[in-house]
Amino acid sequence: MNRVTLFSICASAGFLLYILEMVRRRKLREEYSILWLFGSAMILVLSLKKDWLDSLAHSVGIVYPPSFLFLVGILFILLILIHFSIAISKLHQMNKKMAQELGLLKARSEAGNRPKPETER
Amino acid sequence: MQGREGGSPRISCILPQFANVGSPFCTIIRRTMEIQPNTPIVLLPAYREERSIGGVVRSLRERYPYDVLVVNDGSTDRTSQAAREAGATVLDLPCNLGIGGAVQTGFLYARDRGYDVVVRIDGDGQHEVEDIPKILEPILSGRADAVIGSRFLGETEYRGSIPRIFGIRFFRLLVNLTTGYRVTDPTSGFFAINRRLVEFYSDHYPSDYPEVDSYILMHRLKARTVEAPVRMYGRAEGKSSITAFRAVYYMVKVTLSYLINCIRRFG
Repeated sequence: MNRVTLFSICASAGFLLYILEMVRRRKLREEYSILWLFGSAMILVLSLKKDWLDSLAHSVGIVYPPSFLFLVGILFILLILIHFSIAISKLHQMNKKMAQELGLLKARSEAGNRPKPETER
Repeated sequence: MQGREGGSPRISCILPQFANVGSPFCTIIRRTMEIQPNTPIVLLPAYREERSIGGVVRSLRERYPYDVLVVNDGSTDRTSQAAREAGATVLDLPCNLGIGGAVQTGFLYARDRGYDVVVRIDGDGQHEVEDIPKILEPILSGRADAVIGSRFLGETEYRGSIPRIFGIRFFRLLVNLTTGYRVTDPTSGFFAINRRLVEFYSDHYPSDYPEVDSYILMHRLKARTVEAPVRMYGRAEGKSSITAFRAVYYMVKVTLSYLINCIRRFG
């Protein structure tokens, strides 16, 4: 086992454990962890099985296997970024709705606490 | 919970660990609201069920003296009005939280209003309203903390699709291997729980696909959980929340959060 293999195994295994620990502590929700877990597991497998990386690279016509690794990494990051954009858009929408609802409720409860205009006179 | 902060903090910290003991805060509310001990509330989460919810609520009101709470999970059709007209209390959520979030809102309502037992049933007519006494009885008599309705116990008319049956078998195996519970229907959303679980679920409940996960939560709480035979039917109106497209995601997500819950600490 050469040094770079050992390094990538340690790094990806550490990353995997870190993600799991974050989920366990509720710092990261399960649904957002799936992509991360999948990605780090894939890197772990590719660093354990170097010949898999070679044959995968050759099957898509890439001569230099490490550049295939970069491609996979970039695609994975792209995927996660899109996922986040969607999640943020959804949160934005929900947040707006919550604020509107809260405003309406506040107005209603203030109106309820105040005596009615007719009785005021 | 507000009640745990004032008054006698030491005692109230110990209290929730015992079954059937509410917090002092809830006792006060119960007195003022005049809710008798062992009062159940029937909870229906509803999303786009305007055509079926009215009928289900009406048949609940006709048969039982229990309060009916519909949590409208952000649907903009006539679900809310139909439920109100049929005689239910309705909580309208401003946006769609997912089934777990909606059900948890119901638990929070029950907890704060001092209800001791929550019966959770679908609003789309899939669960047989007549079977409610079967899932209530073990809780009201104090023999169980949770009763889950199973469509596979006793005689069954239930016919599910092949992926669905496969999913049920998979989760059955998962639950049976990790907890001591002998489960036949791990994805059942027809159940009743007592005050102790209502309080726990008010703080910890998965926001989506909560049914399988709740087994590991109950196991961690050492809750006495039993199954009761109930009837379930195919959907008359609307679509199941789990479509074919989402089946794989459902399996992965539920398995992951189930396994995480095995090693999670609950404080």
